[in-house]
Amino acid sequence: MSEAVAQSGGRTWRKPPAIERPWLRYGLLVFTLIYLYFAVGSYDVNWARVAEGMERGWKFIKAFANPDFVSRRSDFIEGMTESIIMTVTSTVVGIMISIPVALGAASNLAPLPIYLFCRTIIAISRALHEIIVAILMVAIFGFGPLAGFITLSFATIGFLAKLLAEDIEAMDKSQAEAVKATGASWLQWINYAVQPQVMPRLIGLSMYRLDINFRESAVLGLVGAGGIGATLNTAFDRYEFDTAAAIIITIIAIVMILEYSSSIIRRWVQ
Amino acid sequence: MLKITALSKRYKTGDDALKAVSLEVPDGQVLGLIGPSGAGKSTLIRCVNRLVEPTSGSIDLNGAQLQKMGSRKLRKSRRKIGMIFQEYALVERLSVMENVLSGRLGYVGFWKSLFRKFPQSDIDEAFRLLERVGLDHMVNKRADELSGGQRQRVGIARALIQNPELLLVDEPTASLDPKTSRQIMRLICELCEERGLSAIINIHDVALAKLFVQRIVGLQAGEVVFDGAPESLDSSVLTQIYGEEDWEATSKDKASENEEADPDDVNVEPSNV
Repeated sequence: MSEAVAQSGGRTWRKPPAIERPWLRYGLLVFTLIYLYFAVGSYDVNWARVAEGMERGWKFIKAFANPDFVSRRSDFIEGMTESIIMTVTSTVVGIMISIPVALGAASNLAPLPIYLFCRTIIAISRALHEIIVAILMVAIFGFGPLAGFITLSFATIGFLAKLLAEDIEAMDKSQAEAVKATGASWLQWINYAVQPQVMPRLIGLSMYRLDINFRESAVLGLVGAGGIGATLNTAFDRYEFDTAAAIIITIIAIVMILEYSSSIIRRWVQ
Repeated sequence: MLKITALSKRYKTGDDALKAVSLEVPDGQVLGLIGPSGAGKSTLIRCVNRLVEPTSGSIDLNGAQLQKMGSRKLRKSRRKIGMIFQEYALVERLSVMENVLSGRLGYVGFWKSLFRKFPQSDIDEAFRLLERVGLDHMVNKRADELSGGQRQRVGIARALIQNPELLLVDEPTASLDPKTSRQIMRLICELCEERGLSAIINIHDVALAKLFVQRIVGLQAGEVVFDGAPESLDSSVLTQIYGEEDWEATSKDKASENEEADPDDVNVEPSNV
């Protein structure tokens, strides 16, 4: 063994470092550590408050053991109904608008001006978080689920159109070419060559978005855009942790059901 | 009759794929287009139905000037030009029947095609063609469940249901095994004969081309360097098309292969049909 090493000359090898200059390499490391030390130190912890809060937190967690579905029953049902209506309508409307936007935002289908226009819509929709849009919509349309519906539809467009456009751009060119060569019109071409290729992804993304929209609808109530979030907010304001727990358990259950059914549907459409 | 005159194509990258190619294909003639990769074979047939836009020159199919047409007229003319592809180019998630019927898209309106309500005559023809290519038992199978040879048969049925005047065939056997390649080439040539169709077949396999086509055109760097009968394709011509190579050695190998293959082919044939 050692003989072989001696014969081969014993040349050593090391993986070259990602940053070549040693002073920069170690300088960055030291700087990061110092920054983190002071950054974490900047949080001032009020231990007295934590002790008090622990008790309140424990109460909240205990509330999950006996959630109260009954005492705010009508608020609860009204909020849930609103949330589900918001989720379903905004997802459907969002999908319907996303499809033409996605076709326009696919560089292999659309001419440049349309491409840029559709990409701008997507960029705006994605740049603004749901909460920010919701605050604006509540300002325009007033409190209630209409603001939430518009917010979620708008957010769905950015999400779905972007991912669908990417799938269209990645489609198999030869299938598209073959249908075009038969003398098909543009719409027929979309229906026969493009749609079959992107359909599984469209269905999968739509199911996923339905799930996201439901979760978002529970948050939008906090800024007054209707739904179960409003009921949840009221419950917290009144320290009715058992009602809050009931709401949260229901949200979790519905999200899990959606998650499970979407995985079944996605497998089925492959 | 297809008449191509001084057809040139320059890609945006500046490559001259075709340099003033002129070619006449009379009715009923099956023409094999050979040449090295990048010689412009694919570009040439795609210029005919304008999947690729020619830079200059003219394409005349039975009196229609294809290069001048606007999109509406072009769609009407594309119906008369069937195309068969390398790697089959079937829409994989559609059924065999939908793939075949997609050849009729130029003849039916959007709403009818959306709900798959094709005229009964189209459906009859689709069944007839699927029977002819031996796939009438696979009507509702999805295209991606088929083998290579079966897929190419669907591709052939899709092209023929257009009731074309011309077939453009791009490397039909490139992804098939040798036996299936022969069967597919034989099927294409038989169907052309039955219907009096003219065809341009791009093909890499010179031996296979010589076996089936009536005329061979050799393309090299965007120019026609050979045009003649398959028998006159000797080693000096092959060198002209493809460059220096020991053609004698390969053609001797090919000859002995053919001798072995031919009786075998005869044996296999009945059980297969």
